[in-house]
Formats: sequence, C-alpha cells, structure tokens
Amino acid sequence: MPGSMPATDATDRRLVRATQAGLPLVPRPYHAIAEQLGLDAEEVKARLLRLLASGAIRRIGAVPNHYALGYAANGMTVWDVADDRVDELGERVGRLDFVSHCYRRPRHPPDWPYNLFAMVHGRSRDEVEAKVAVIAALVGPSCRAHDVLYSSRILKKTGLRLQP
Amino acid sequence: MDDTDRRIVNALQGGFPVCDEPFAAVAETLGIGAEELIARLRALLDRGVLSRFGPQYQVERMGGRFVLAALAVPEADFERVAALVNAFDEVAHNYRRDHRLNMWFVLATETPEQIPEAARQIETATGLPVYLFPKEREYFVQLRLVA
Repeated sequence: MPGSMPATDATDRRLVRATQAGLPLVPRPYHAIAEQLGLDAEEVKARLLRLLASGAIRRIGAVPNHYALGYAANGMTVWDVADDRVDELGERVGRLDFVSHCYRRPRHPPDWPYNLFAMVHGRSRDEVEAKVAVIAALVGPSCRAHDVLYSSRILKKTGLRLQP
Repeated sequence: MDDTDRRIVNALQGGFPVCDEPFAAVAETLGIGAEELIARLRALLDRGVLSRFGPQYQVERMGGRFVLAALAVPEADFERVAALVNAFDEVAHNYRRDHRLNMWFVLATETPEQIPEAARQIETATGLPVYLFPKEREYFVQLRLVA
C-alpha cells in the first residue's frame, strides 16, 4: 500500500472511536454522531467520505456473523507457493468468490512453510474441501504443499480497535 | 430470519450511503420503510446474525497495525493460556484451530511499534514463542456471504 500514510487527524480518530462499534440506529445517524462529538453533521459526512476514498474505511455496512448465516466451517487455507509466482497466484485466488481474505505472509521454516493465506467459508467442511480443490487446481505445481486449519472455537472476538 | 431479513443482509454488506437519511434511502430500494429497516437491523444485531453495523476501518491506513499471530499451546494448558492471551487489550480476535499451532489471534495496536512489545509481553506471560505473520501483501477479495 504505497503512499498510503494516513491523512488523519485528532478529529478523525475521535470519529473512529465513536463509530467503530457501530453506527447509531436512528434515522439520521451522522447527525447523532455529530451531536455526540460537537461537530457539524456536514463535517462528519465529509470526513467519512474522505476516509472511504482513502481506503481507511473499507466499506460501511453490515458485518454478518458467519456462523449465524450457516457458514459453520471456516478454514484458513495455507499454501507454500513459489516466491516468483505467489503474487500473481494470490491475486487470482483472492478473486475467487468464496475467499474472504487473501494475504501473503512470511514463512517460519522449518515449522511453517506456507506463504499464502486464503480464508474460505462454507456451510460444511465438505463444502470447504471442494473449494480448497478449486484453489489447488488454480495454484497447480507452483504450490509445494498446503494445509487447511479449521477453527474449532472462537476464543475472543471484538470489533473495537482503538482504545478509548 | 425471513426473506426481508435475507435481502437486508445481502444488500447491506457495503455501500451504506453517507447522506442525511441513509436508512430511508436504503429502505426505499428494499421496498420497506426506514423504521422497519432500523427495527430489523436492531433485531439482527440482537440475535447475533450481524456482529456489527457501521464503518469497517482499516487501521493500517490510520497509522495502526494488525498482525496475525499464533502459538503452539500444550493441550493440557489450553484454557489457562487462552485466558492469559485474551486478557491483552491488543488481542482483537482469537480462534482455536486444529493444528500444532492451535491458537491464532490478531494483535491490533495504534502504532506499528507496539506490535513487538505486545508479542514480547505475551511470550513472557505464557512462556511460549509467538509466531508473527504480518501481512506482506493483501490481495483484493470480493466475497459477500449470501444469507
């Protein structure tokens, strides 16, 4: 993410803290936030639009709970892909419509040979396995090994990022 | 969850407008009233179908840092270590996964410099090495979960 140094200020950070847990469920949510922060509603909207444009806000909307929607199987698929192919293949894996996150990360040899991580959600492990097979076919012989780490329990989940 | 709830979940995973009355604007496209949309969103949040409704921030773009981390925890010690790790404010998510590296969590801090310090503190508290998996590159994704 070159050149993405944050053009954020103290007011942006107050805005983040006020909205990171969610928007108020009232007809005029941006006015409610403005009132809470002592700002003008026009300024709140302008700042949110700027944060959206810069990528500091990925999107505004609903975050579904995978499990509640029946996506009970959540597999972190990990792949040991040749360094000279990983970016090209990572781009293509990310574009598969069942992949929710896709990253290149460091290996930790000898314990951990994998450098490409793709999160796959399915209604069952069979469904995830079928999707893993699609990825395996896509990465082909450039991948030396792969594994799927299923989550068996959520130990902690919080949407809050910045401390108050 | 009825058909209208499903349409709300499917339609609202992004693109919520920034305008004076955004719920009214979205409700109109769904053919319902703003009050009904708000009531249904509140119910979906209360029932845990939605975990949140609002802006999804990418903390890196604001100077903060997210790093995936993992521990290989001896089974007999798992619950004790989970409690120790979860007690850190810097730990945002924590999942048990089926692997020798069986505890995977995300460290979220306001500055990049706080990540190694948080990892060091977790190593001290648990007596286990923390494997850090910072993202070297993020690939574009287009998933939407279908309700």
